[in-house]
Amino acid sequence: MALLEIKDLAVRFETNDGIVSAVNGVSFNVREGDTLAIVGESGSGKSQTAFAAIGLLARNGHATGSVKWDGQEILNLPDAKLNRIRADEIAMIFQDPMTSLNPFLKVSDQMEEVLTLHRGMSRRAARAECVRMLDAVRIPDAAARITMYPHEFSGGMRQRIMIAMSLLCRPRLLIADEPTTALDVTVQAQIMDLLRDIQNEFNTAMILITHDLGIVAGSCARTMVMYGGRIMERGTTAEIFANPTHPYTLGLLEAVPRLDRKEDTLPTIPGEPPDMLKAFKACPFEPRCPKADERCKAEVPALERISETRVRACHRSPEEVA
Amino acid sequence: MSTPLLKVEDLRVTFNIRPRGAWPWTPSLPLHAVGGVSFELEKGETLGIVGESGSGKSTVARAIINTVPAAGGRVLWKGDDLLQMEPQKRRAHRQAAQMVFQDPLAALNPRMKVGEIIAEPLTTHAPGTPKAEVKRRVGELMERVGLLPNQINRYPHEFSGGQCQRIGIARALILNPELVICDEPVSALDVSVQAQVINLLSELQRDLGLSLIFIAHDLSVVKHISDRILVMYLGRVMETADADTLIERPVHPYTRSLVQAVPIPDPVVELARAHPVLEGDLPSPLNPPSGCVFRTRCPVAQAGCAGDKPGPQEIAPGHVSYCPITAGERETTGA
Repeated sequence: MALLEIKDLAVRFETNDGIVSAVNGVSFNVREGDTLAIVGESGSGKSQTAFAAIGLLARNGHATGSVKWDGQEILNLPDAKLNRIRADEIAMIFQDPMTSLNPFLKVSDQMEEVLTLHRGMSRRAARAECVRMLDAVRIPDAAARITMYPHEFSGGMRQRIMIAMSLLCRPRLLIADEPTTALDVTVQAQIMDLLRDIQNEFNTAMILITHDLGIVAGSCARTMVMYGGRIMERGTTAEIFANPTHPYTLGLLEAVPRLDRKEDTLPTIPGEPPDMLKAFKACPFEPRCPKADERCKAEVPALERISETRVRACHRSPEEVA
Repeated sequence: MSTPLLKVEDLRVTFNIRPRGAWPWTPSLPLHAVGGVSFELEKGETLGIVGESGSGKSTVARAIINTVPAAGGRVLWKGDDLLQMEPQKRRAHRQAAQMVFQDPLAALNPRMKVGEIIAEPLTTHAPGTPKAEVKRRVGELMERVGLLPNQINRYPHEFSGGQCQRIGIARALILNPELVICDEPVSALDVSVQAQVINLLSELQRDLGLSLIFIAHDLSVVKHISDRILVMYLGRVMETADADTLIERPVHPYTRSLVQAVPIPDPVVELARAHPVLEGDLPSPLNPPSGCVFRTRCPVAQAGCAGDKPGPQEIAPGHVSYCPITAGERETTGA
């Protein structure tokens, strides 16, 4: 059975400028030990999908549809009930490790709180467990450094602390929202390496939200591509990269300069990412799509299954796209 | 060979930093942001500068356009020392060297119309230009960088990030510069828009015969656009070579680690690559390691690395590495 089952999830924000439909009809499952990458540009709805699933939407946001955790409906549950699941079973790592740690509290206080609150541990036992976890994420001299404040650590170290903290309750699902975007390349390599190890060691399922196709290639079994709040395509990472069946995926893969290739001019996707204030009556990618025709302007393409592992939303056939 | 357009010799930039929580009477500490950087730039050439945060790459750029004072060394613009230039020549240099910044929206004055923003360098440096001429130039440039000339009366907030960066590029070009310095011009943009701006820059460079200094932390982007690449770490040059050589046959251990750390968006290639992870973090620039600054994280460091600063080792013509240990080997460790 699927660990997390999302069906027809839609997220709407009421803003002063109008209603923003950030996510429209997104469905996917995550199984035990699975690794799913959600790839998209800013405004694609990738982060809001995750936020809605675990009840972290901003106050003006409203989610509809269904999110099942372990078979139990959790969408729009009150915080008191969600908190059980959120800390014990689903953990989240955010993009900016400085703003997600409390600058006024020592790292030890912030970490121990998780265990004393959720596991009812004594402070002494909690401290020992926290130190063990910091060791596991390779923070040198963890026993001494745990009493330091967040600002005394570098960006990469803070992200390790966040990861250690999210693993304290041995969650079954880890959601990482752009975990390495704020970090340097060599530190990014360290963090991705660490996430892979943790995945193998604890068999944690992972949802990795990112715009970087490079880190997806090396760390996730499955990939889902989002654009304008909709799923464009989903499949195993190998399939998506080797044989994209959606014009957006194809464009995205070609537009990234690669270290192992020489290209004169980069093939580009013309135009700009969509304005989410406008409701889409058609395919959101249509204005930028080289393959678009009249039908693409008229109706939203439905998500269709083309193989055991693969779904896509495009009026054109996979042969026409490739 | 004739005099290069720009020659930087042993450039040093030092900032005085007051430690946090220090007493008012404690003296401030010197932070050597750039410690001895040398390179040359020919007309029409693109030089990429890569490095992680704190490597001093932006400070080098700012020293070249003279917005931060150099503490030592020389910056020669067409053979003239920038620091000892007479005011008139300095003014000419300011017109000839322009800059494009990282955050496209923050670099534009929100209260000015796009037309005014693009025209500002022209109206500052050539105040006598007739209005019609200014308008014609602005319209011409907007078209050149892919904006619609009828957007001339809009404000920056009405544009997307990619379009704002195009405005910044148009502003840098209006004085017909010889050198454009781009400091992380695409790192704030989405992937699909990033490719558009990169293509625009290489196109402009080719068509207008510009010299370009392209500063970024993303090695893939730098490699794509540059003829030559300079790798910096903690204010010092680690290695410099032409772009392909640097990626395919890096010699300095830092360059090797950097190349290996950049993920390649292809699962087949990526999963088959070796990923030796570089341990540790960047040391504090206030208290850099003695000798080679990279030695605290270097996989091949030896006791001798803590001694003298390593000197340049010529690997091949145009390929210089600052590591005496790996200078002898020429194995292929690139992507």
